[in-house]
Amino acid sequence: MIAARLRKAFPAGPDSPPFTLDVQFEADAGVTVLFGPSGSGKTLTLDCIAGFERPDDGQILLDDAILFDSAARVFLPPQARHCGYVFQNYALFPHMTLRQNMEFAAAALKKLERHKRVTEMLERFQLGDVGGRRPHELSGGQKQRGSIARALLARPRVLLLDEPAQGLDAALRQELYAILREVQSEFPLPALLVTHNLEEALELGAQMHVFREGRIVQSGTPQSVLDEPASADIARLLGIYNLLPAEILELDPGRNTSRLRVGEWEINGVYYPGQLKGDRVMLCVSPSQVLVTASEGYPRANTMGMELRHAVAGPDRARLLFGDGFRAEVDRKEWEAISRAKGFAVEIPAAALRLVKG
Amino acid sequence: MPIDWFPLWLSLRVALIATAGAAAVGIPAAYWLANREFKGKDIVDAAVTLPLVLPPTVVGYYLLVVLGRESWFGRAYESVFGEPLVFTWQAAVVAAVLHSAPLLVKSTRAALESVDHAYERAARTLGAPEWKVFLRVTLPLARRPVMAAAALAFARSLGDFGVTIMVAGNIPGRTQTVAVAIYDAVEGGNGDTARWLVIVVSAVSLALLTLANRLTPRRIPR
Repeated sequence: MIAARLRKAFPAGPDSPPFTLDVQFEADAGVTVLFGPSGSGKTLTLDCIAGFERPDDGQILLDDAILFDSAARVFLPPQARHCGYVFQNYALFPHMTLRQNMEFAAAALKKLERHKRVTEMLERFQLGDVGGRRPHELSGGQKQRGSIARALLARPRVLLLDEPAQGLDAALRQELYAILREVQSEFPLPALLVTHNLEEALELGAQMHVFREGRIVQSGTPQSVLDEPASADIARLLGIYNLLPAEILELDPGRNTSRLRVGEWEINGVYYPGQLKGDRVMLCVSPSQVLVTASEGYPRANTMGMELRHAVAGPDRARLLFGDGFRAEVDRKEWEAISRAKGFAVEIPAAALRLVKG
Repeated sequence: MPIDWFPLWLSLRVALIATAGAAAVGIPAAYWLANREFKGKDIVDAAVTLPLVLPPTVVGYYLLVVLGRESWFGRAYESVFGEPLVFTWQAAVVAAVLHSAPLLVKSTRAALESVDHAYERAARTLGAPEWKVFLRVTLPLARRPVMAAAALAFARSLGDFGVTIMVAGNIPGRTQTVAVAIYDAVEGGNGDTARWLVIVVSAVSLALLTLANRLTPRRIPR
């Protein structure tokens, strides 16, 4: 179990605004995702836990050890923290062979025991044949496995992963996810995974904290955050929602309906408790929950005419981009049936209109 | 008159020992300056660089004050070795160390700071103590620019005139290094000796600078 409460302020620099990290969270065994845009403090959080950065204030506990406590003036050096850090570019020592890299991590063991453990670990990560190679002679996947194996050899109590999938192609990403899942079942440690990739968070995360400007703005399982973004900002960060500014024209709790104005259109929504007539709100709509029709047809309720900008037909789904950046994702077959139409309309079912805090 | 090559051999020997000495003092100093933050670091940094810009005679004067027969160090040295340090070839070594170490410290520090910190951080999380991080990770990764720095220090030791003449003097066959010998030869109208020593010193220095350039990688491997 790791528990961290961190505060670290940076004054404004010549070309950077002031920044303050102010977060608190706990993580048990399993992957906890630190999700957010670059510059939101995710990596800084990892660096504070690993001991590369010293927070101004706070406390970091790992199992029964105090890694940092500003009140008690405790600041353990990275060497004493038992944090396995997997760096963005793996940071395998380029002047050593893979085996020497591993032995470096197991230096505390006696020679025979070390040799045995390193050999086991190389075999375990399918690196038995390439132990004699230097990092630049390894494939991307081998480097990836090598850096995880090296971190595990030092017997860490927490794994810190800084965007390990950054810059990898789709196949290597899948390979990495598979390895990390295996590592999780074999070495049940807490793991903090920094990423700004939502797919990765959903693939690996048991828990997720959304970072924004140095603070945690939402926590929960990745799925729950995805389903219920707590604010328009978070919905925007997730990068998968359409956000529509709207005005509430009518509210009817009895029939669970509402009437909303979106731009020049009026559409029906569900009843939104706690809102008043005349409120300006933000609607959040998943691209996969809208329907796209050819606009020549009979006009239907909750339909807005939109100008198609761009269409990409994937293997089973077509992704459509309309004016004002509105995105829709529909079945490819359905799309092909109407793709030659002159104009399009987008229908948003009332149930798909979620209200988020502006 | 046959050319006396003694000054060249003396200079090469002095420069070699001085480079080793400068590395022994300069690499730890560079590590210290690259890794430690303390009050007045900028002043220490400036003081270390001072011999690069001071007139060599000023550096020589300080050395005479510290190493001379009247100083406590000079007396202690004389009582142990039975002869004074000043005006010996060993004094020329000390002169060359002081003349070349600042250059070595400056380039070594830049070389150490250019190593990607991720490697050092990785080594630390793997439990390696700081001395091991330095000896097994930082220094090996910076070895080429550090060797380039040593080559530059060697070339600078070879070229010293002012500090050497102040503390080691100009005793032919004993403390007369090549730079001093050239001056002597020109003064004494010995054109042949001067010409040949100039050519050889230029060639050796050119070779050292080329070596240093080749050793300095265009980028540090990541």
